Amino acid sequence: MSVIIIMLIGSIIMAGGFLIAFLWSVKDGQFEDHYSPPRRILFDDTINNKPNK
Amino acid sequence: MSIKVLDSKTCFHCGEDCNLSNIHQHDKFFCCDGCKIVFEILNENKLCTYYDLNLNPGIAQKIIIRKDKFAFLDDDSIIQKIIQFTDGNQTNVTFYLPQMHCSSCLWLLENIHRINKGVIISKVNFNKREVFIVLDNSKTSLRKVVETLTSIGYEPHISLHELDTNRIIKGSKIRLYKVGVAGFCFANIMMMSFPEYLSSNGMVEESIRQILKYFIVALSLPVFFFCSSEFFVTACKGIRHKFLNIDAPIALAIMITFGRSLYEIFSDTGMGYLDSMSGIVFFMLVGRLLQEKTYQSISFDRDFKSFFPIAVNVVNDDKNIPTQIDKIKPGDIIKVFNNELIPVDCILSKGKAEIDYSFVSGESLPVVKEAGEIIYAGGRQLSGVLELLVVKEVSQSYLTNLWNKDIFKTKEEMTSSIIHVIGKYFTILVLGIAILASSYWYYHNEYQLMWNTLTTVLIVACPCALLLSSTFTNGNILRILSKNKLYLRHPDVIENISTINQFVFDKTGTLTQQNKIKVTYSGKKLNETEQMNIASLLSQSPHPLGKAINDFLDKRNSIPILNFKWIDGYGIEGWIEEKYYKLGSFEFIHGNMNPNQQNNSTVFVKIENEVLGEFKIVNNYRFGFNQLLNDLNKEFTVAIISGDNDAEYKNLQTILGSKSDILFNQKPLDKLNYIKHLQQIKNMKVMMIGDGLNDAGALKQSDVGIAITENSNNFSPACDGILDASQFSNFNHFIKFIKSGKRTIMMSFFLSLLYNVIGLYFAVQGILSPLIAAILMPCSSISIILMTFGMTELSAWKNGLIKHDNSHV
Repeated sequence: MSVIIIMLIGSIIMAGGFLIAFLWSVKDGQFEDHYSPPRRILFDDTINNKPNK
Repeated sequence: MSIKVLDSKTCFHCGEDCNLSNIHQHDKFFCCDGCKIVFEILNENKLCTYYDLNLNPGIAQKIIIRKDKFAFLDDDSIIQKIIQFTDGNQTNVTFYLPQMHCSSCLWLLENIHRINKGVIISKVNFNKREVFIVLDNSKTSLRKVVETLTSIGYEPHISLHELDTNRIIKGSKIRLYKVGVAGFCFANIMMMSFPEYLSSNGMVEESIRQILKYFIVALSLPVFFFCSSEFFVTACKGIRHKFLNIDAPIALAIMITFGRSLYEIFSDTGMGYLDSMSGIVFFMLVGRLLQEKTYQSISFDRDFKSFFPIAVNVVNDDKNIPTQIDKIKPGDIIKVFNNELIPVDCILSKGKAEIDYSFVSGESLPVVKEAGEIIYAGGRQLSGVLELLVVKEVSQSYLTNLWNKDIFKTKEEMTSSIIHVIGKYFTILVLGIAILASSYWYYHNEYQLMWNTLTTVLIVACPCALLLSSTFTNGNILRILSKNKLYLRHPDVIENISTINQFVFDKTGTLTQQNKIKVTYSGKKLNETEQMNIASLLSQSPHPLGKAINDFLDKRNSIPILNFKWIDGYGIEGWIEEKYYKLGSFEFIHGNMNPNQQNNSTVFVKIENEVLGEFKIVNNYRFGFNQLLNDLNKEFTVAIISGDNDAEYKNLQTILGSKSDILFNQKPLDKLNYIKHLQQIKNMKVMMIGDGLNDAGALKQSDVGIAITENSNNFSPACDGILDASQFSNFNHFIKFIKSGKRTIMMSFFLSLLYNVIGLYFAVQGILSPLIAAILMPCSSISIILMTFGMTELSAWKNGLIKHDNSHV
């Protein structure tokens, strides 16, 4: 079997991986809210203990 | 996040101007006690990061929420309707919080557990303005969580409407799946077909060719069976209704392409056109995805139920029992508190009723009602507590009956959109060409060529380009409009707007600003004591004008009045501090009829024998309204229809001219009938622009109904589009922009015809090779996408709809 077939199978598997990743992210709801996640990650986890004077 | 020196005169919480109030804590000023309380709660719970993330992120808290407002949330049957899931220990619930507007809100709502320890998880979905909460039943209750949210300024919107309908929408996800799968298959089929394009017969090793073929067939299966299923479904639906929609020829073309390609591949006569097929399916799905963008935080389908509270207090043996609204029976006595809606038709039995009907009837001034009078559902009580005797059930009330009219029931019409009409002729034409060409070859006894011609003509003339031009144009128009805060419900609305030739505006709340009555004073300057005395005198008057002027003067002290006299419809008089004050209409002050025909919204002031001046109560028109009406009036017919009195008639007539209809004192049903009259008698295509429940019937009856709202998260009646009030003065530009869309579609359609002619040239001769198809197809698709995009952007720029904004939301 020619090497091109192996390359072909490899590329299909890779592309299929990306497809599955995309479908997964849709199912997970990543396209439903594009405002909160990029901001949520910027919030500090540590509790601000000093009261605002 | 900008750093800015705080102006000490704006509220630290909500940023409103607070020059008049003297509420402060340390160095922070607040516009009202509500804002200060929220600040204190957050400060106590160490949540002041809220104020660090954004400047003045809060929501003004001027309306104080009654303590037992949420008592109904202790009722188990109501709880069951609101929550999503409970296992006894934990409860899952999702609230709709229309106030949510910035990252501070996000942060605070996800840290709600620091105020209410019983909250286990709180997660925000900002696009839907929803927060999902899991709460621990042993530590807190649903009512307490709602009260916590309310205490920090995020009162959840809980209404019957949301309880009735299932909030979960899944449709859009399936389309995303389809686009993903189609894109994957399209790209891979293209890649595998490449060796075939580049080589003439025999160049590619035969064994590799065989393997590639089967890969291609395998990849085309999901495109045919999964991705393009919606074209078949809608085509079948159309045919069943004896209506040839655009999807029918597309489905036919996909089917023939697929069938012929399989035949070629398995009979080893060629490679088929599977690459072109998956390509057009992919592009068409992308177009539909763009076009059917949904606005998750906005609802276009609200009916009266969304506006009504979910429960009211029924008085029974001196106890208040929260009762679900649809369980109220005639004969019950209900309590309605300050600033609450009256849910049913009832008779006033106790309390001072001052009802704001602006939303229901369009009257701009509140109405005073005495005990024993009937009060219709939908009004908002403005002062104090009322006890009301229910006379009708919710489902029988006056307002509800309007909704039960037929127009609110039937609305499943077949769209006669222009692309369907063109598509129909297009299909007939293509079928004609296919038959002609193949019969020509049949006549010449070239049977192989005949089949070839018949199929390739249908393949190449697929009206997908037509579909692409309309979906991409509409999609981009919707996107640009939504950036400019006009949200349309459906892409078909664009086309409806382009046929409109009559505009009908509501006055109160649409041309004027909602809930804002502007009082101006002209004449001799009044000193402090005079103002105080006038205010004291007016506080005795039950007339709405008196109240409006009183609010304008903003004096609280009350001074005793002697010989006070109030003459209904004229004015009020009395002795204050040994001076004789007289306030009222022209006739009341001067003793004779007004020669200048002043309207009835003017109050004259007379102290002793001197007429000092006059208070004018004017409607506060929106910025740019006369310019807008003028512009629209040049090209279209414009009418104004209002539930209010005719005080503004002259003013509006000078803008519109004498030929236009300007109607006052119109009840909701009159408005509906007026629209019907225009449509049926005058044969006009009517666009209604309104705001309140009083316009709901007219909005629905009109060809296009646009609701205007001060805040797009607020509630507006069912309509085809929602316009943010701040963009009102640009409305004529929006109309021009939308109308230009039709031209764009037509032009790109001619471009696609050009490609079709080239394709047909090859197809009728029976020499359309997969290579030509594979070049023509993406060329036409991409050039149409670019052209529609470019032309809509150009038109938007011409109409001033593209701004350089740095604030991405």
